[in-house]
Amino acid sequence: MTPSRKLGLAAGAVCLLIVAALAATAWLSWLSARGAGLAFNDLVTTLLILGLVCCGLAVTALRELAARYVRAPLRLAEEVATVVADGARRVKTDGGSELDALARAINELATAREALQRDVAEQVRQAQRSLEAEKNRLAALMAELHQSVVVCNLDGRILLYNQRARAEVGDELLGLGRSIYAIFDHGLIAYALESVSQRLGREEAPAAEFVASTRPGLLLRVHLAPVLGGEAEGDATEPAIAGFVLILDDITANFAEESQRDAVIQGFTEGVRGPLGSLRAAAETLSDYADMGDEERHRFLDVIRDEAQQLSQRLEQAAGHYGDALQARWPLEVVRGADLVTAGLKRITGQTGVPCKAEELDDTVWIKVDSFSLLQALSYLTGRLNDEYGVREVRLALSRTGHHAQLDLIWSGTAMNTETAMAWELDAMRGAGVSAPSVREVVERCNGEMWFERQRAAHRALFRMLLPLVEPNRERGGERRFLRGGSRPEFYDFDLFRWSEGGHALDDRLLSELSYTVFDTETTGLQPAAGDEIIQIGATRIVNRRLLHHEGFEQLIDPQRSLPEESIQVHGITPDMLAGQPRIDTVLPAFRAYCADTVLVAHNAAFDMRFLQLKEEATGVRFDQPVLDTLLLSAVLYPNQESHRLEAIAERLGVTIIGRHTAMGDAIVTGEVFLKMIPLLADKGIRTLREAREASEKTYYARIHY
Amino acid sequence: MTKTLLIADDEPNIVISVEFLMKREGFEVLVARDGEEALAKIREHRPDIVLLDVMMPKLSGFDVCQEVRADPALAGVRILMLTAKGRETEVAKGLALGADVYMTKPFSTRELVEKVRQLLGQ
Repeated sequence: MTPSRKLGLAAGAVCLLIVAALAATAWLSWLSARGAGLAFNDLVTTLLILGLVCCGLAVTALRELAARYVRAPLRLAEEVATVVADGARRVKTDGGSELDALARAINELATAREALQRDVAEQVRQAQRSLEAEKNRLAALMAELHQSVVVCNLDGRILLYNQRARAEVGDELLGLGRSIYAIFDHGLIAYALESVSQRLGREEAPAAEFVASTRPGLLLRVHLAPVLGGEAEGDATEPAIAGFVLILDDITANFAEESQRDAVIQGFTEGVRGPLGSLRAAAETLSDYADMGDEERHRFLDVIRDEAQQLSQRLEQAAGHYGDALQARWPLEVVRGADLVTAGLKRITGQTGVPCKAEELDDTVWIKVDSFSLLQALSYLTGRLNDEYGVREVRLALSRTGHHAQLDLIWSGTAMNTETAMAWELDAMRGAGVSAPSVREVVERCNGEMWFERQRAAHRALFRMLLPLVEPNRERGGERRFLRGGSRPEFYDFDLFRWSEGGHALDDRLLSELSYTVFDTETTGLQPAAGDEIIQIGATRIVNRRLLHHEGFEQLIDPQRSLPEESIQVHGITPDMLAGQPRIDTVLPAFRAYCADTVLVAHNAAFDMRFLQLKEEATGVRFDQPVLDTLLLSAVLYPNQESHRLEAIAERLGVTIIGRHTAMGDAIVTGEVFLKMIPLLADKGIRTLREAREASEKTYYARIHY
Repeated sequence: MTKTLLIADDEPNIVISVEFLMKREGFEVLVARDGEEALAKIREHRPDIVLLDVMMPKLSGFDVCQEVRADPALAGVRILMLTAKGRETEVAKGLALGADVYMTKPFSTRELVEKVRQLLGQ
């Protein structure tokens, strides 16, 4: 029914009612006027009945109208409110067809809104994914950089750094959230920032450089570049400085090398001037004064012989020193010889199509070479062997001889003469760029020597390169830093799963919904029951499936006991760093407050929990919330993997490790690992805390038996 | 009148030549083997000219030169620095400290004789 017809009907009904009432009144009046036996009382009664009937009809009609056109819209309004809260719901109405139309319109709107929301959510997800990818790329890039990089906010708090920076500056000073002013003088950085902002105003390259010494004897060249962002102040057009990037370059060695080179050159010139002066004076005097006596002449001849000898000696000395200094002139990097050979095999075959195999390889050989050019040289020689003599296969061998490494490019069968070999060594390498060096040049650049050799008995020939060996201790100190310590033993002597009743309150919540505190401790040793103590707690939070890097808890603790040397090797925390730090009884309540109402997550959690548990009585602080252990969860996810060390898991899950063996560093890695585990666990049907706990429990008891 | 000349150098091999040359030039030649001895001999004998090496034990040639120039009584002493230190900065330092001539080793004996003559206004 159309609304106008409804309106007509309603109007018609009202008119009809009025007309009926009027007609009835008129009829009754007419009857009474005729005095047709109708008493006045009857008239009144009839009118009243008539009136009541009319009222009843009217009320019924009104109620119907109110239900359809007044309450129904109110109900609809309430339903709309639920749609606003939950985009998936739709409204329906029991009102008239007009309200049905409105409800349909509302539902269309809700559908459109839901689609829009999905769209936005998808865009957010995509943005997050690309942000994550970018972050990973940045982390990989920073890890690969030869320079140290530290990023700070304007307050000098460290936001980001790479491992090299840590190795260079020292673990004790560099850490996320710490102040850069513990490393560099505040004034120095303030001055650099000031000159950067001046340059910004002048549109010059906005960067500053300074040289600073940090640890004793360490000289760093620091390149400071601003991080622009944030709101420009007032109506200034250039963006404000939000922080800064420091690129550090350890120039201690360069500096020493350059000083040494200078000293060699200067010492040589000065050292030569004196003897040459005596020599020349004696020679000139001899020739100018031919009239001198025999005795005098002999004195002068002695001077000449004597000084000439001294001069030769000085020359030898200087040449020796200069040779050493020369080593530092090319961008030579220290590589493990075997790695270079392995890379060489691929490269040679890839570039020349000639199969290349490794012969004896000494794993312990480290060399300092320009590896790119050296591999290029090997490829080039192989290419010529193939082109000119049809050599079908070459071999590489690496061995140690005296103070040198011996790298051989070997082939069999074809004999070639020494002149040809010499020519190959001296020719500019084809296909190696415009100003291509010769093979000989490349080897000399590496401070090495090379020659061609025929081994007649074995029917083979080889190019042999003698390359300088590197002292492992001097050059590979940084390498060991990454490897030291290893992991602590897995602990099983503490039952993770015996929580208090309160601990089970979160049992049926989804893992993805819960808030977590991921933590790690550094300790004086591995025997909590035998008196080892916590010396550092590092923790960070996971909220809404995000690791909050900026809300960390990081505290050194005075253990009130000595620190074994082996433990210092692991965590790098020294006794003087702990002097004056708070004791465990003041730190634990603060940590308890930090992790209140969250699920604890740790790697090899039993170890850390054991330490905390042993302090319960003394401190009165109980950690009775649920605990998840990434070690056990890893065993759930990868039951066939041998290693559940944090490094191994991190690598498996593609988590970049930054700053291992600091409590905070390990806590962060654990947190990232845990976040990656949540969806993988869900794939296995483990979605709630209870399910995670039960699955862990199974592996826990499974592991305890072997 | 015979002029006096002091050779201050710790290298005997150069002293042999210079001493021979200067004696042939008609000087009365004194020799000092280190800075202190040189300064003492300058004060005692007031030589007309000093051939002064820079690198010497005890007192360097620069120190000796400075001391001599600080003493008004020695104002007439000519100083010719004869040294292996040949950097520009060192030449400038020698001249600034009051050397009349700065010659670096190795030098030509003829040029040395020439300079000595010039210095003494002959």
